Parts: sequence; C-alpha cells; structure tokens
Amino acid sequence: MDASFFTAAVVAGTPLLYAILGEVITEKAGNLNLGVEGMMLIGAVVGFKVALITQNPWLSLGGAMIAGGIAALIYALLTVSLRANQVVTGLTLTIFGTGFSSFMGKNLMGEVVPDNIKLAFADFPLPLLSHIPVLGQVFFNQGILVYGGYIATILAGLYLYNTQIGLNLRAVGENTAAADAAGIKVSLYKYIHIIIGGVLCGLAGAYLSLVYIPSWQENVTAGRGWIAVALVIFCKWNPYRVLVGAFLFGGLDIIGFRLQKYSFYISQYLIDMLPYLVTIIILIVVSARKSISGLPPANLGDSYFREER
Amino acid sequence: MIKMSARSDCSKREATLIRTLAVVFALVTVSFFIMILGHNPISVYISMMDGAFGTGYRLLETLRKSVPLIITSIGISLAFRLKFWNIGAEGQIMMGAMGAAFIALNFPQLPAIILLPLMAFTAMISGGIWGLIPAYFKARWKTNETIFTLMMNYIALKFITYLQYGPWKDPAALGFPKIPNFSQNAVLPDIFGLHAGWVIAIILVILSHIFINYTQPGYEIEVVGGSENTGRYAGMNVNKIIILTIFASGSICGLSGMIEASGVNRTLSVEITRGVGYTAIITSWLSYLKAPVIPIVCILFASMIQGGTFIQMAFQIPQSAAQILQGAILFFVLGSEFFIRYKISFVKQNIPEA
Repeated sequence: MDASFFTAAVVAGTPLLYAILGEVITEKAGNLNLGVEGMMLIGAVVGFKVALITQNPWLSLGGAMIAGGIAALIYALLTVSLRANQVVTGLTLTIFGTGFSSFMGKNLMGEVVPDNIKLAFADFPLPLLSHIPVLGQVFFNQGILVYGGYIATILAGLYLYNTQIGLNLRAVGENTAAADAAGIKVSLYKYIHIIIGGVLCGLAGAYLSLVYIPSWQENVTAGRGWIAVALVIFCKWNPYRVLVGAFLFGGLDIIGFRLQKYSFYISQYLIDMLPYLVTIIILIVVSARKSISGLPPANLGDSYFREER
Repeated sequence: MIKMSARSDCSKREATLIRTLAVVFALVTVSFFIMILGHNPISVYISMMDGAFGTGYRLLETLRKSVPLIITSIGISLAFRLKFWNIGAEGQIMMGAMGAAFIALNFPQLPAIILLPLMAFTAMISGGIWGLIPAYFKARWKTNETIFTLMMNYIALKFITYLQYGPWKDPAALGFPKIPNFSQNAVLPDIFGLHAGWVIAIILVILSHIFINYTQPGYEIEVVGGSENTGRYAGMNVNKIIILTIFASGSICGLSGMIEASGVNRTLSVEITRGVGYTAIITSWLSYLKAPVIPIVCILFASMIQGGTFIQMAFQIPQSAAQILQGAILFFVLGSEFFIRYKISFVKQNIPEA
C-alpha cells in the first residue's frame, strides 16, 4: 500500500471529521443529537443546489451550513425548550432530512458540480509543510476544506479546554443543575452549541456532494452520519482524538475499492461491510472497558427543567 | 414573565385535542412548503386522500402498505417499552426476508401448509438473532444499542446485496442481478383480496395488547423499562428480560419481512423493506407504543405513502414529500407533548419596593 492510499484516506475522512466535531460540541452541551445523518443530507442537497444556481463555492458552503444550522435549530427548539425526548427527536430529524434531500434532489440526478467550484476546492500544496517526506504528501497536499478540518479541530480543542466559555459549556453537559445555579445561561449555551453542531454537519454533507463525489447521488451519506455518532464515543468526546478516528475510518471507507486492484477475490459487497463492522467492534470494546477518561458528559441525554430538580 | 410548572390535570380529551392540533399545524406548515413549490396545498391533500382511498384498488394498496408497518411497529414498540432504542428493524426485516427466502428457494416443492410456517419460523429466528446480538451486548456491557442496531441494518443490506449479485443470483435472468421468484407454494394466499398478512397483523395487535397488559412478563417489561434498578430490587432478571424482549422484537420484524417477501414481492431483493423499518419508528412513537392505536396510525401513514405515489403522478411532486410530511407530523406531536405535561402561565413579576 502506497502513500496515495493515506492521502485518499484523509480525503474520505474529512466529512467524518466535520460531523464528529459537530456532534462532540453538541454532546458537550448535554444533548445527544441523532440527527447527524439527516443534517448532513440536508447540507449535501442544499450545498449542491446552491452550487448549481450561483456557481459560487463559498455561497454553496454557506448555504449548506445555514441549512444544517436550521435543522439543528428545530432539534434544539424541541429538546431544549419543549423538552422532547432527545433520541426520538434526533431520529425524526434524520428521517425528515432523508426525505428532504431525496425530495430536493429528485431533479438533480446526474448533475455535476460546476468546474469553477471543483477548482476552488482542488488540492494545493502548503509551502514548506508539503515538503516533509510522506507526511507532507498525505496531509499537506490537499484541498482547502481538508485544511479547514485541521483548523476546526484545533479551534474546537482550544475552545473547549482553554477558554472560559468552553469550561462553562462542559459544565452544562456535566452537571446542568450546578451550571444553572452558577449563573450560566443553560438554554442559551445548549441552543448555540447544538446549532454549531448542525452547521458543521451541514458542511460535512456539502463536502460529500461538492468535493468527494462531486455529482448528485441520492443518499450520498450512506450511513456516515451514524458512523460519526459512534466515533464520538471512540474519540472520547475529545476534539484532538477526532483526527485519529476520522482518518482511520476514512481509510476503512476506501479500502474495499483499493483492494480490488490487488485482484484477490472477496466480494466488494462483503468488504463494504467493514466500516460498519469495525464501528460495532469499537462500540463493544469501548463499553467493555469503561475508563474514567472516556465517559460521556454526565447529563448527556437528559432534559433539564429547573423546577423539577 | 412566563412561568412553567408540571401538570397532572390534563384530561385524556384535552390531550387528544392538543395532539390533533399538532397534526393540523404540521399539515399547515407543509402547506406553505407545497405553496412555495407552486401548487395548491388543498388540492394536493385532497388528491392524496383520493389516491389512498379513492377506489377499491387504491384502498387495497393502502392496506397492503400498512400491513408491514403495523407488524413492524408492534415489534419496535416492544423494544421501546424497555427504552431499548431498536432502530434496527430495517435490518431485522431484511434478515427475516432472507431466512424465508432461504427456505422458499431450497424447498420449493414442499406443500404450502408446511412450507409457509417453516418460512415464517426461519424468518422469526433470523430477525430475532439480528436483534439478539446488540441486545446481548447491551445487557452485558451497556453497549450503545442505537448505533449498534443501525450498523446491523447496513450489514444486512450489504449482505442481501451480496446474495443478490452473487450466490443467489437467478441464472435464468440473463445476467440481470435478481434473486429467483418463489414457487407458488411459497406465496401467502389471499384472504378477501389481500394477502393473509393482514390477518397475522390483527392477531399480533391483539396478542401484544394482552401480553403487555395482562401477563407477568409484560408487566416485567413495563417495570424494567421504567427503571432497571426497580426491576433488580424486585428480584427480576433484568438481563434476561432485555435479551428475550429484543429477541421477540426482532422476530416480529423478521416475520414482517417474510410476509413482504412471500405475499408482495414473491422474491427477496435489496428493496424489500422500502424504509418500513424507519417509518415504523415514527408510527410506534405516535401510537404511544399502545397496540390498539398502532393500526390506526399505520393506516394513516400508509395512506400518506400511497397518496404520495399518486401525487407524484398528478402533480410531479416527488414521492418523498410523504416522508417530509411524516417527519413534520412527528416534530409537531413531539413538541405538543410539552403542553400536555406542563402548564404555562403568564404572571406579573413582583418588583419589591425599595
């Protein structure tokens, strides 16, 4: 296996990276949003549509991010303000998003991303960094959205662990009642971070439809949103570990295609099971050996109602 | 200022009214969406109803679509009662259909009276095992069942794709990737124009209602679903309850797969579920996991799906509009729960005088 495999793994891992980061931030606020798949699909279709209409790469990304944010806002309204069950609301968001993208995408079948947008997201080597042997080729000769993923990871890490707001946010997820008592605006924190999560998922979807595929395909996510939710556990809610999880699974995603080259015969469809199988194995391993450092935010999934304590 | 407080005084009638209003709001919201697309929402809704109930044939089609939905919802709600978020129905249906197809394709000459029960049995075992795997790990290590069951869906899908394109491909189909049709013996007979699955659906609704409300294991599921610790203190074997319940849940979903494969498709294919596994999550939740309500909600949803195919022809609105409508309805009903559980009052804030 050559360096080009790892380069491709980074590309395939980038949509996962954005989605996992989004879900980590959402879950830090104590909300489990199972709508990642749906928000990604909404982002994918809106980004693609805007790309066809405006031919502008940045408006496309912006549209996808806003759409993801609006979808997350629906979830936030229901779970934060109206205290609906988070699991069911998230599931509904995924079902709704799947319907929405298939509805909007009906007439997009076979359309291709305009060339100038492809060009805007094309690979370019970063000065100096790209000359590092092997690593330079794998990590620093990529498109702007891959670099954006690195930056987003570092920003999220700094935000969560090195700022006052990040500390407050973690308090909301760990002990909502205490955070409330300490004067933190719990609902506001939840709303903002759920929406940030949705924006990142929208971006992840747009990456798939605009850069990764880049033509319209129904159900373009193929379960990546769900894998992202699972990888949050693998990454132990730590943004820096997201880099590892995302690129590892990027590799798994493309391994079936790559193996075909080596002409030993296992059915493509069986190799395609790999990412899902490995996700399950990770879930089992993580749950079997629970360590203190890898626990979810203590109040994850709970509705918070001040008068009910 | 707005004050919220928990309420317990919400009568059944009031609750029904609030939920109905939620559905109406959902319809109105989707109307705006339809208007943006340049159609008259009222004529779209009317034509949807027409497409679902307008003629005897359409009504039969609606009922045909509601059968797998009802059976799967019964299966899912069993798991949901335990707060086990089984979203693996899609895979359990597929594996059930696969088990049934295995028997149907290997023993096509058996008389129907033996073949059909054997197919149903195999389907229930296969679907049950597909649910059992995540249930075992949930009971053993509390492994997250939501993602586990969902991953199992994708594995089932890839497996059926593998069968359809590989070992089970019909050599008579001239290279077209399809699994051979079942023999006549392996096809569910019609009863009053609709395959016998509807009778099974009715029996399952009644059985599950009795099971939940009038039997000891049904009661234990309620207790453990409310709080695992309560169950434990009461001396119940919580792990056994989880594993057996989810096995049953998966079996029922598997049976639904057998009925679709045998009664409708007469073969196995990757499209066997048509998303029923996901739609049934919505319908069981909207039915409040109550067996007698499930058929009503499912027929309503089947009519939206059937009506959706109709408006696709009449208005060129994509069929997935039905999915958006279903999602919107659940969003609104989920939101409306708040007004059933909490009271909102506007009170004047008292500013203490200095």
